[in-house]
Amino acid sequence: MTAQVTTQPRRAAQASQKRKFMIEAIAVIAIALILILIMPMFLTGFRLNLLGRFLALAIVALGIDLIWGFTGLLSLGHGIFFALGGYAFAMYLELNTLGEGQLPEFFGLYGVTELPWFWQPFNSFPFTLLAIFTIPAIVAGLLGYLVFRNRIRGVYFSILTQAALVVFFNLFNGQQKLINGTNGLKTSTSVFMGQAVGSDGMRMFFYISTVIALVAMYALCRWLTSGRFGRMLVAIRDDENRVRFSGYDPTAFKVLVFAVSGAIAGIAGALYTVQSGIISPQFMDIAFSIEMVIWVAVGGRATLVGAVLGAVLVNMARSLLSERFPDVWLFFQGALFLIVVTTLPDGIIGWGRRQFGSMVSSALGLGPTDLPYLDDTDTTVVETVAETPEFAEK
Amino acid sequence: MLEGLIGGLFNGISIGAVLLIVALGLAIVFGLMGVINLAHGELMMFGAYTTFVVQNVAKSMGGIAPDLYIFAALPMAFLVAALLGLLLERTVIRYLYGRPLETLLATWGVSLILIQFIRSVSLPMVIGLVIFAVLFLVGRWVLTRYTDWERIQSWANPVFLGLSAAISVLAWVLISSGTSAAFSRAWFSTRNVDVTPPSWLRGGISVGDTLQFPSARLFIIVLTALCLVAVYWFLNGTAWGLRIRSVTQNRGMSACLGIPTGQVDAITFALGSGLAGIAGCAVTLLGSVGPNLGSNYIVDAFMVVVVGGVGKLVGSIVAALIIGVTSYLIGSGTMALLFPPTAFFQPIIDFFTFFATTSMAKVMVFALIIAFLQVRPAGLFPPKGRSVEL
Repeated sequence: MTAQVTTQPRRAAQASQKRKFMIEAIAVIAIALILILIMPMFLTGFRLNLLGRFLALAIVALGIDLIWGFTGLLSLGHGIFFALGGYAFAMYLELNTLGEGQLPEFFGLYGVTELPWFWQPFNSFPFTLLAIFTIPAIVAGLLGYLVFRNRIRGVYFSILTQAALVVFFNLFNGQQKLINGTNGLKTSTSVFMGQAVGSDGMRMFFYISTVIALVAMYALCRWLTSGRFGRMLVAIRDDENRVRFSGYDPTAFKVLVFAVSGAIAGIAGALYTVQSGIISPQFMDIAFSIEMVIWVAVGGRATLVGAVLGAVLVNMARSLLSERFPDVWLFFQGALFLIVVTTLPDGIIGWGRRQFGSMVSSALGLGPTDLPYLDDTDTTVVETVAETPEFAEK
Repeated sequence: MLEGLIGGLFNGISIGAVLLIVALGLAIVFGLMGVINLAHGELMMFGAYTTFVVQNVAKSMGGIAPDLYIFAALPMAFLVAALLGLLLERTVIRYLYGRPLETLLATWGVSLILIQFIRSVSLPMVIGLVIFAVLFLVGRWVLTRYTDWERIQSWANPVFLGLSAAISVLAWVLISSGTSAAFSRAWFSTRNVDVTPPSWLRGGISVGDTLQFPSARLFIIVLTALCLVAVYWFLNGTAWGLRIRSVTQNRGMSACLGIPTGQVDAITFALGSGLAGIAGCAVTLLGSVGPNLGSNYIVDAFMVVVVGGVGKLVGSIVAALIIGVTSYLIGSGTMALLFPPTAFFQPIIDFFTFFATTSMAKVMVFALIIAFLQVRPAGLFPPKGRSVEL
């Protein structure tokens, strides 16, 4: 019955929506092309490698934004999934470099003569590709299920993920005989598709793969957060009890989104590992996982662009500052945490939108957008109203 | 067998006591105020460094001072950490009540700053800090007095803050580059420092032939017990304790009845921080002291509070002892010895031997904690009543 009344505004809203989508898609593809085609011309090999690493980290930031920005789950343990993805790929590379029946070198140091059982499947490349995101997803799903099932949430969840991180660190750090413990696995000298991973050609290949993976993950997160699923996530963030009383099961959604986020982190970990040349338990350092959160906070929670931007900017600042003034970096980082939390809760994107939002959108011909505070929560409400008839028709 | 059992129990309790003394301050801050303080470990570290300084002073005094320094170090560590905590609460945490995730991130930022502070603190830096404090406080006082502060506050505050910070950083850099290396040397540097325990805490008390109780461990157990008694007395026997408990139960109603909730928050936080300082002083007896001291303890301490249940000190006590004894039993390989070495039990023995190191015991204990939370999600002693769903 409301459909007739709202037809006109709905058409307009749909047109605007479509236009927004087109602009966004074009912008994403343009940025990806700039990164792939133009950046290599300006940057030296070292800088390009750094940029590739930062983009890999931006992929984790997307995953964290998905669970923190949209679902309100602050995970301090994403290093686990990041490292699991990295280890999976590194194990494959380690085995791929060797001939048939040989063992990776470090096993000799600890007197291991037989390949441990869990190394066996990593002889196969398709399995490895699958494992890079399924193993982190399964671990995340299991951990999430055990925690969310009991309605443990908020800071308790954060603390438990941090404890899980410490546990995984101990597990990997202590097992010299199984995965080389503290030393980690070196990937820079290993061979992938007939070339050394550290060679220039391979580096370029991994750089381009990272850009493509970033675009793909961005599209995935965009798709997840724009539909009904995304609205569900925001609803869980804003009032979980209400969602439960409305007859939904928040646990299932939370487990699912946590697993997806873990999978994204795993992919990022694999891409980061081959570009940094090593994977070690240091990737499961407590500090590193909290840093991931601050990238998202700096860029702007619940804005996917913000997550990517924040990760790249903070890491650039880090490499610039710690190259010149190594002492200052921790002060700077600490101050960043404080400033973002106390005065810039929406991050750079949120601040920018509040300052220049109407200017930009009117320049693009999108009409005025009302952005009072945290834009995404509010625009989602507006979208919901605009799209409700659609669901009524279905 | 009996001696083995007593020895095992003692070791477990002593691990538990260290956990408890670290977790006690956390239980107060987290349990009573709902604030996640990730800088708790760094407050501990400040307590430990205070002990180091007091010990050096005592050494230079000579005589019996090096044997008694610990009794001066304990209150000093408490005071330093409590003042630092007070500063932290007044400047940062006060603005973040009711937003636990933001508090968590902000206190992590503070902890990074504190770690780097210890690493690079030097005389020029302290001078810079003093300049900053004087400029900022005096300048603000002047501004509020002689200008229309209410009107210009929104832009003047950040500008003024940035200006004083810039001047003091400039002063720091100029002083440290313009003076001799000895003057601008970092006080502690990044290396670990060693605190020598007093001579009477170095040995141990032997009972029978095999039992050996290290004095340092005994001292920590006694200290933990004393702290518990003191905290219990403070919360249940004093006027401020009554106010703290009342604010914990119902903040709005307490405010209506005229309890200064802001002051109560500050005192509670300072108390929790002070206890962290004492814990830091205690752990100097166990090993060397470094800027990363705090991170070794903080996660375990949080586990104690989560398992114990929030808001009840007794929960933390029981949880710390259980976790301590369990991790000792697993970590020392005692569990594997419990089973007769026959082929039937071999898989179980292998299983426990796999976890028989200190770091692997943590893995097992965490798995047990997760399993325990499946049965009792809110911990051993969950808070009751309507305040549960927040």
